[in-house]
Amino acid sequence: MDSSGESRRLVVVGGGMVAQRFVEALRARDTAGTWQVDVFAEEPRKPYDRVALTKYFEVRDPEELTLGDPALWDDPAVTLHRDCAVTAIDREARTVTDRLGRVHPYDELVLATGSNAAMPPIPGNDLPGVFVYRTIDDVAALRGWVEQKREAGTTAGGFVKPVRGAVIGGGLLGLEAAGALKALGAEATVIEFGTHLMGVQIDLGGGHALKRLINDKGIGVRPQTATSAMKPHKRTGHVGHLEFGDGGRLDVDVVVVATGVRPRDELARTAGLEIGERGGAVVDLACRTSDEHVHAIGEVACIEGRCIGLVAPGYAMAEVVVDRLLGGEATFPGADTATKLKLSGVDVASFGDAHGRTEDAMEVVWADPAAGVYKKLVLSDDARTLLGGVFVGDAAPYASLRPMLGSQLPGDPGAFLLPEGGGGAPALELPDDANVCSCNNVSAGTIRAAVTEHECTDVAGVKACTRAGTTCGSCLPLVKKITNTELQRAGITVSNALCEHFELTRAQLFDAVRVADLHTFTEIIGRFGRVPEGADGPGRGCDICKPVVASILASLGNGHILAGEQATLQDTNDHMLANLQKDGTYSVVPRMPGGEVTPEGLIVVGEVARDFGLYTKITGGQRIDMFGARVEQLPDIWRRLVDAGFESGHAYGKSLRTVKSCVGSTWCRYGVQDSVGMAVDLELRYRGLRSPHKLKLGVSGCARECAEARGKDVGVIATEKGWNVYVGGNGGFTPRHAQLLAEDLTDEELVRTIDRFLMYYVRTADRLQRTATWIQDVEGGLEGVRKVILEDSLGIAADLDEAMARHVANYEDEWRAVLDDPEKLRRFSSFVNAPRTADPTLAYVPERGQRRPATDEERASGVIIAGPKLEVRA
Amino acid sequence: MSVTQEQPAAAAPQTDDLSWERVCLLSDLFPERGSAALLGDTQVALFRLPDDVVVATQQLDPFSGANVMSRGIVGTRAGVPTVAAPVYKQVYSLVTGECLDTAGYSPRPGREPRLVKYPVEVRDGVVHVAVQ
Ligand SMILES: Cc1cc2nc3c(=O)[nH]c(=O)nc-3n(C[C@H](O)[C@H](O)[C@H](O)COP(=O)(O)OP(=O)(O)OC[C@H]3O[C@@H](n4cnc5c(N)ncnc54)[C@H](O)[C@@H]3O)c2cc1C
Repeated sequence: MDSSGESRRLVVVGGGMVAQRFVEALRARDTAGTWQVDVFAEEPRKPYDRVALTKYFEVRDPEELTLGDPALWDDPAVTLHRDCAVTAIDREARTVTDRLGRVHPYDELVLATGSNAAMPPIPGNDLPGVFVYRTIDDVAALRGWVEQKREAGTTAGGFVKPVRGAVIGGGLLGLEAAGALKALGAEATVIEFGTHLMGVQIDLGGGHALKRLINDKGIGVRPQTATSAMKPHKRTGHVGHLEFGDGGRLDVDVVVVATGVRPRDELARTAGLEIGERGGAVVDLACRTSDEHVHAIGEVACIEGRCIGLVAPGYAMAEVVVDRLLGGEATFPGADTATKLKLSGVDVASFGDAHGRTEDAMEVVWADPAAGVYKKLVLSDDARTLLGGVFVGDAAPYASLRPMLGSQLPGDPGAFLLPEGGGGAPALELPDDANVCSCNNVSAGTIRAAVTEHECTDVAGVKACTRAGTTCGSCLPLVKKITNTELQRAGITVSNALCEHFELTRAQLFDAVRVADLHTFTEIIGRFGRVPEGADGPGRGCDICKPVVASILASLGNGHILAGEQATLQDTNDHMLANLQKDGTYSVVPRMPGGEVTPEGLIVVGEVARDFGLYTKITGGQRIDMFGARVEQLPDIWRRLVDAGFESGHAYGKSLRTVKSCVGSTWCRYGVQDSVGMAVDLELRYRGLRSPHKLKLGVSGCARECAEARGKDVGVIATEKGWNVYVGGNGGFTPRHAQLLAEDLTDEELVRTIDRFLMYYVRTADRLQRTATWIQDVEGGLEGVRKVILEDSLGIAADLDEAMARHVANYEDEWRAVLDDPEKLRRFSSFVNAPRTADPTLAYVPERGQRRPATDEERASGVIIAGPKLEVRA
Repeated sequence: MSVTQEQPAAAAPQTDDLSWERVCLLSDLFPERGSAALLGDTQVALFRLPDDVVVATQQLDPFSGANVMSRGIVGTRAGVPTVAAPVYKQVYSLVTGECLDTAGYSPRPGREPRLVKYPVEVRDGVVHVAVQ
């Protein structure tokens, strides 16, 4: 606070990515509460991740694009005015006026108004069906248009006339937009005025390779083509065709214009601030405009003579202004303009002096035109110092080479360009000041310090501590490498050993057991167990490795989980085939496949719960949980459930839990497929499948997604043509949305895809690793999983299919098997010397018409209504 | 394996006034698992270790307050026989009753992070436990 004890007023104009980062950084550093911040945003929503805008087509949920911690906007020192553009600045009075005419004073003003999509003056650019690609509203309108056109082009007989799209502009953004059009089911042709695609970032050779890759994606490319007019369709008045300078023409239903951006400097102009030659508010290296109380950051700032259309330099400017406002001396460190195209399946990246414009620069090129691969390094004249690079078709070297910009490369530069496995590139040891994460400006040194000084012991910790890899994620492999190297150096073993009894990871142990064809814990620990120093044997396992081995044996089909020695391995939940609760009783969940249950079934569940005095609750997985069952009651409860046709719901296992569904086309007005039928089939197929962690599936009957399938490990969503399948979603502590794995599958293809996905996961995931993190860790990530499952890249698909077929064939209801076997039933005794006596210490109190365990205070005060037995009517 | 029947239990009652109670047959106990037993008002957990050594501890789990210790997984840590509490997974030595790993939790108010052990003898295939 200043001397008067009052906060000073800071006004931020613009609610985009850079404004968000600015406020976040200020609130993190302004611990004294010097500044009271008002943010004026023209858009009607909180700042969002514009870089990830294209994701909106897939997720359809603006919340998915949330930037940073939303709690920032609840901070009392911050007020976000949404849908509230600033219309004027009065520099004399130091006030701004908003669009409602309200006047707000400021001590310091920050302009973060970003850019507009540029609209070239082509006649017809205002026709309906012509879009730009900058905001959530833009992409939502584009999507609506394409969907409407597709509907209009669908005949009663189901023939679909393709929606024809064109993108004007073949830069980063245009290619992303073309990919989005394809994803929306439209055709796409990219019209580029220059000689080749991505002309700013890559050279002609790279452009040729890129055109090939883009064509392979089913996207047309017309380089060296000037669009002279957009013409309306005669009947509809919507955009109908494009006319080109060379006399050519292209029929279209939708056009996206992506020809560049213009800084939104209109406020700065009318306020009389100095404006750059090509627009933008001119700032110095402290990001101050020509008025010392006005700062400009992000795309609107003209710094070092130009505006920069990338987010990382904007973030750097935000940090500079925060530092200055808190009395620091920071200056803009210079722009990192490295870029990577975010178009799935097309690897393009460039950094530094990609065009070799430095005097005497040398170029080393490696090209494989047939494969669409082009890689180039730009080096200083002695062929040592790295000045830049271009990667098309194989951007693998990008992540590790980019941070070496300006440094000497060890060894032969050509070695870095050879295909992987083609000639051992020397290991790169990045200098501490190499910038690893350009989005958040995190250097290799900072990552190392996270390990050595801040005691981070894994990548997740380093990410949380440094923010590296939390924006676009492209540097994550590098972050992981540096982190692990540093951990090793610090003598912290990055041990993947399961526990003191096994050096192997779960995945390795799974393979070992499968290949060696072992069937008991004794054999397994005898063969693969670690013998501790000084001991004469490997010991007898522990609460970590025993359940893992139990799960592996179950996944490989070794009979009942309580059969023979397997019973010694089970966690209490699996051992009692029920879920342990805090008072030592268990809960009971019968399977209700797809959430479907008959009235008779419901009545039985109700009667059982009433007769045994169980508390009932509907679970998130669309079934009924009955709580408060004592060990000795479990067989009696299950006898009645099994007699009524119910079977184990495996709620107690690390195994398939439920397949949640919406009601689907059989009842719903909007459903396009029978989601309940599919959910029932899937649940009956995978019931009892033991896995590294619990598994949840969901099936939605249309794109409205009422089953919330994308929050599941496997989510299935009906389309007009079949099913889309998404993988790697979960709720819980770290919620994840599932990602698209394959589209428009038939029933049969869907089942095969899920079979393989689940088996691959069961075999290769770590202990307690859910599908989301497994996908991150597994070789090649989601793309790798896709290749293994859909293209059989490892040649294991038949094996996975067979394993799943065996699982399906060998399924038996675990509870029925227990009821049929007196030896197994003996385990369900309360006391070995009083098998049917209830634990006398159980105590309950009534709540909302049911009972719950008494708290310690309630026990002490004696308000207990019931001991363990009183209410039982059975 | 370093446990023997004669080993004095850490927090066991005085040996002079032991009253032994016949509890069950050794064959009633499941190898490498626990079973609960009710001795008067006292709940006891009996663990049958691989070499048929039987260990008795309190059944009360100091961290959850529930009578569940017999339902934990039996194993070894550095050769010492252990049981892991089934609720929050603390690991206890079955030799001393001491908690070897609190798994990041604290015991319930008024409880110690250890298990009381009771003397056990197996005579002619019958398990005897002494509780006070
Ligand atoms: C599809 C797409 C993909 C991209 N991909 C990448 C990428 O991979 N890598 C990369 O580095 N960059 C990428 N970018 C560019 C990146 O999004 C921008 O560099 C970044 O958003 C700039 O942030 P900013 O805050 O300066 O501007 P913006 O994010 O544009 O925010 C400015 C905000 O200010 C508001 N505003 C303007 N005038 C006013 C006013 N008078 N009053 C109130 N509010 C006002 C605007 O409505 C806007 O919401 C991409 C952009 C798009 C559109």
